Amino acid sequence: MIVFNARSTWTIYKREVMRAMRTAMQSILAPVLTTTLYFVVFGAAIGSKMDSGMAGVNYGAFIVPGLLLLTLLSESTSNGSFGIYMPRFTGAIYELLSAPVGVAETLIGFVGAAATKSLILAAIILVTATFFVDYTIAHPFYALGFILLVSASFSLLGFILGIWADSFEKLGIVPVLFIIPLTFLGGTFYSIDLLPEPWRSVAMANPVVYLVNGLRWCFYGSSDFPIGLSLGMTLGFLALCVAIIAWIFRTGWRLRA
Amino acid sequence: MEPILEISGLTKTYAGGFTALLGVDLTINKGEIFALLGPNGAGKTTLIGAVCGQVRPTGGTMRAFGQDMSHGWRSLRARIGLVPQELATDMFETVLHSVNYSRGLFGLAPDPARIEEILRALSLWDKRKAQIRALSGGMKRRVLIAKALAHEPDLLFLDEPTAGVDVELRRDMWAQIAKLRDRGTTIILTTHYIEEAEEMADRVGIIQGGRIRMVEDTRSLMKRLGRTEAHISLATPLATVPEALADYHLTLGNGGQELLYRGGDGSGGGKAKVAQLTKDLVALGIDYTAIDIRESSLEDIFVDLLEGEAA
Ligand SMILES: Nc1ncnc2c1ncn2[C@@H]1O[C@H](COP(=O)(O)OP(=O)(O)OP(=O)(O)O)[C@@H](O)[C@H]1O
Ligand SMILES: [Mg+2]
Repeated sequence: MIVFNARSTWTIYKREVMRAMRTAMQSILAPVLTTTLYFVVFGAAIGSKMDSGMAGVNYGAFIVPGLLLLTLLSESTSNGSFGIYMPRFTGAIYELLSAPVGVAETLIGFVGAAATKSLILAAIILVTATFFVDYTIAHPFYALGFILLVSASFSLLGFILGIWADSFEKLGIVPVLFIIPLTFLGGTFYSIDLLPEPWRSVAMANPVVYLVNGLRWCFYGSSDFPIGLSLGMTLGFLALCVAIIAWIFRTGWRLRA
Repeated sequence: MEPILEISGLTKTYAGGFTALLGVDLTINKGEIFALLGPNGAGKTTLIGAVCGQVRPTGGTMRAFGQDMSHGWRSLRARIGLVPQELATDMFETVLHSVNYSRGLFGLAPDPARIEEILRALSLWDKRKAQIRALSGGMKRRVLIAKALAHEPDLLFLDEPTAGVDVELRRDMWAQIAKLRDRGTTIILTTHYIEEAEEMADRVGIIQGGRIRMVEDTRSLMKRLGRTEAHISLATPLATVPEALADYHLTLGNGGQELLYRGGDGSGGGKAKVAQLTKDLVALGIDYTAIDIRESSLEDIFVDLLEGEAA
């Protein structure tokens, strides 16, 4: 009895990556342009007027992890959602449903491809950043792992979104309505410690705070709270998404009539 | 005969509360071409979806290749192919990519020679590098067929395979389908072209309102319910049917200007009767100006059956 179909998985993954490459220009150019603007405005222009920097780091460099996350979260979510939403929308999903593939093949194929695209994007953004600010990465190995984890988690979230959405409006609204505000409020441009109480405690309820902190630790070796907490929160989020998707596949919710 | 698919008591009630299948029992034999006929909304696509994974049945059991489909569904699904009713696929992909993808998705190693053979058989080889959206409707449908054949299924579902395909190509596709059967593929197709079923199917099933109304061997159905109808226009009207022709059970129509024969079976016996009738008319000195003769088709039978149900 077959329990996992490696070739099917690879086929899905390869096709999704290829599909992403068809629109490579838009999907890479747009976020790179946005990030560049942030660096120019916040890093170079405003940052140069802040002599003290933040958390002991030059302000331009300080915002690199936050900006990277801002792009990673919204891009992973939208890539993850489009990959599964489109075949649902066109009806092409019939083929996937008729194939001998289950939740593992589908997830690794679709989410793996979305996460791959995010990783490529992260690399491009980090290279772009070097043109505007000086930064170093204290723990490159952890940084890679953390970026990978975040990309995978939010591609999974996107996948759920792509199955839930029944219109393009719903598909577009989650990144705009939730991800971007949560990232902005999650300490992308400032240290949470700067917030007065009770706002600091309120901010702690924002899951993105832990992501920004985790990545900032990878970059600068210091953060508002321990890396273990960030890692734990991210892993927990990933596990939650996988559990939801496993449930979706078991019940066929919004996939099978 | 060895069954390849056994469906029993299959029911499907959609989320909105509509029941599309009300206890379908159907057995498909290995190696046959089975035509599923029925009006719009009868439940044909729902039935196919239940076997192929697009629809979650609400009751009943399905066995394929002798095994319960709820266990080991992966290895069973790997041997089933589906050509959907709707033209739904990634339109920006090229034909070759799309067909190769289908093969890989079903877990098979690439086989360029086999794919070429499939594309050539469907007259798509010249279009292999074209984006699917740049093809005509009939070509798109053939791409979907190629995709379904890419993993060499033993059991193939064709949901209206020839909708939107021109007459010449349709004949071509019938030949392709017959070839598949010769290779040992079992085929279940739905169609609204009754001649298609008549031409190709070993057996036909009629579904209506979520119930299978009848399943029968195509030839014996034609024989049992088939009729020959001959309209003979007379040179001079008759008041009554001559006594000498009583055996033919003729009726007079159109103010005595037309003799109507209805009889025989689907095996052509009726035509011979009509030939004999014309000789008898000549012998009796009854002149006629035209003869219109036709065999009733599966379509007439189908319409009769459904009207009979409605009445
Ligand atoms: N996803 C769905 N949700 C609710 N009802 C559905 C759904 N799909 C089909 N139905 C209903 O189930 C019934 C059977 O539909 P089905 O598509 O199986 O018919 P069909 O025999 O294939 O018809 P056609 O010849 O038009 O293709 C119809 O009344 C249809 O409205
Ligand atoms: Mg249908």
